[in-house]
Amino acid sequence: MTLIVKEITRLTVGLIFLFGVYIMLHGHITPGGGFTGGVIIALSFIHLVLAYGGEYSNNKMNRAIASPLESFGALLFILLALMGLGYGGVFFLNFISKGTPFTLPSAGIIPLCNIAICLKVGTGLFLIFILLTMFSPGRNK
Amino acid sequence: MSSMLPLFVAFPLGSAFLIALCKNKKFADFWANLCTLVLFIMSLQTIGILKTHGTMVYKMGNWAPPIGISLVLDGLTVLLLVTVNLIAFASCLFSVGYMEKYTAKSKYYALFLLMLTGMNGLVLTGDMFNLFVFLELAGVASYALVAFGTEAEELEASFKYMVLSSIGAAFVLLGIGMLYSYTSTLNMADIARILSYRGLSVTTLFIGVLFMVGFGIKAAIVPFHPWLPDAHPSAPAPISAMLSGVLIKALGIYAILRVFFCVLGFGLNPAFLEILRILGVLSMMIGVVLAIGQWDIKRLLAYHSISQVGYVILGIGLGTPLGILGGLFHLFNHSVFKSLLFLNSGGLDYAVGTRNLKQMGGLKEKMPVTEKTCLTASLSISGIPPFNGFWSKLIIILACIQARHPGYAFWAVIGSILTLSSFMKVQRYAFYGAPKKVMKKIKELPPCMQLAMIFLAIICLFGGALLLPMFKNNFLQPAVQVLLNGDKYAEIVMACLK
Amino acid sequence: MIYLLCMILFCIGLYCIIIKRNLIKIIIGMSIIDYSLFLFLVLIGYRMEGRAPIYSQTQQVKNLVDPIPQALVLTAIVIGLAVLALMISIAIRLYEKYGTFDINEIRKLRG
Repeated sequence: MTLIVKEITRLTVGLIFLFGVYIMLHGHITPGGGFTGGVIIALSFIHLVLAYGGEYSNNKMNRAIASPLESFGALLFILLALMGLGYGGVFFLNFISKGTPFTLPSAGIIPLCNIAICLKVGTGLFLIFILLTMFSPGRNK
Repeated sequence: MSSMLPLFVAFPLGSAFLIALCKNKKFADFWANLCTLVLFIMSLQTIGILKTHGTMVYKMGNWAPPIGISLVLDGLTVLLLVTVNLIAFASCLFSVGYMEKYTAKSKYYALFLLMLTGMNGLVLTGDMFNLFVFLELAGVASYALVAFGTEAEELEASFKYMVLSSIGAAFVLLGIGMLYSYTSTLNMADIARILSYRGLSVTTLFIGVLFMVGFGIKAAIVPFHPWLPDAHPSAPAPISAMLSGVLIKALGIYAILRVFFCVLGFGLNPAFLEILRILGVLSMMIGVVLAIGQWDIKRLLAYHSISQVGYVILGIGLGTPLGILGGLFHLFNHSVFKSLLFLNSGGLDYAVGTRNLKQMGGLKEKMPVTEKTCLTASLSISGIPPFNGFWSKLIIILACIQARHPGYAFWAVIGSILTLSSFMKVQRYAFYGAPKKVMKKIKELPPCMQLAMIFLAIICLFGGALLLPMFKNNFLQPAVQVLLNGDKYAEIVMACLK
Repeated sequence: MIYLLCMILFCIGLYCIIIKRNLIKIIIGMSIIDYSLFLFLVLIGYRMEGRAPIYSQTQQVKNLVDPIPQALVLTAIVIGLAVLALMISIAIRLYEKYGTFDINEIRKLRG
């Protein structure tokens, strides 16, 4: 990619990542949540791959880091649901106190579920992208 | 005790991602088999729960329906849960040995457990959109599993299966959208109550047609069957056993029964039953006629799946208590003997290396366990006493005559005779006859594969005992009662919520 | 009336799947069917003079559109994305094996 693209990417990719984290964390107050935050975070990493190429961005995020993170996100979600079973007696119960509305630490386990979903969706989309382009069967990679 | 219900979904889901995380093959083997064994024992316990508690409703997250999602355990659910988990346990045990010939075994177990999660969730749920989500979960896992070997034919079969099945799921989603727009709720009991109040209308008929097409594609009923003869042979053998044995039943037949008999409320409508009977007879005859000319053993078994699903639909389409009992008993029996047949064909493929019947012969001395279990399953599917297939087909034929439809009984007998001829062909070409020269090096299968086949063969042999009153009243009769009392589904579920 | 336009979009997608011979066009037809259904579901939730169904501290709670179809569509979009990714990866591998995207050439399974 040309110099302009690389410079702009270098300046903005961190901001895109931060924006994705903001959308994920405020999922219970503003529109958004786990899935959309995860998509934006995956897009920030894909942006890096597109601008700088596969070999360079392999150091930042590659298959070996993303694949266990994806399974870990799903296991975290199921763990939160089972903790509801353990503490409250009902599966998926909202067992953390609900707090005052419209503030960040409110709505029980929903922000934590958002984090788990964001991990899963973000890494999942990133893995789909690199597996279809960099590791596709035709290329000698 | 009621908190066991969400574990049917959470335990295989967690195990799937745990196995995907740890890449050790031995751990994957051990944990997947442990998971399916525990699920099988839990499903047997639900029979006891049904006997003591009656219908049980579990509210997820303690949100009361219709706001929250609920899990409903009644007779039909128990029948399907036991069937699904039994076949999953046998297939998982078989795939410990069979999947050594493929790569990426831990990914296979992860996808297998995801498919099991989807099926368990689908039979348990009491909410319409939750049904769609689990339908798609099990479907997507099965698309990936059909293409697991990544040979040219498997990829082609998987693509065809994927496109047709996604169109079916799209029809189901359209039906759910229209149902939500008509009744403004997604809970099955609530929809049943509102629809019984508003009566039959053109909208309800249109929604019924959409669901019939959508779930019919998943169940491979005859106008919608073309994906099945390509998809089932191409999958690895334990997955063929799961697909043919339980996936088309849980995703297709169970969904049709639950939606039409309990939710939409026109289960015992004579016109609807007539449609079910006609589709059943068509599936029966077309499946068995197309199967006779096949030389690929798994393709032959796939066509027979279409035919036997026709028997189940015919039995349920009769509408009488005896007919529904025959249909549901045949559903359970077919899962057992068809899975056993697919596991046998997988064993033959593992040992000989080919699926073509013309290239096999004389395996009777070399593979005695496979030969005996294949004989058991072939006699079962043809309806020879005292195996379990005989009892369920006899009940369906008697119910046809009792309901004054002797024509259907005639076609059922013809189908049975043609099935017997197909399977005599399989037995003769695969096991008897002169051995070919390349058969010298063949030995019997590894012990875990033999164990799975013997386990299913014993159930085939003694399956007729399920008609004894001791077992029938706890296992089959509650399922029949659910379908006969379909219009009282809303009252029963609301009463359990108090 | 507007639901009829959703059905027309559905039929266009179905036409693509049935008539077109290129694998990628079949996948695009499948996506068009999915998007038409998402549009239909969201339009079901519309209420007259409603605004977006989000509570905020300052605005009053008056007419909101129905939020349930929006949650259904979000889930269905994720499912559609997963199926699309799987379809495309299988199409790529089919191209490796057969050398063409034409479904008339990809016909090894017969009978």
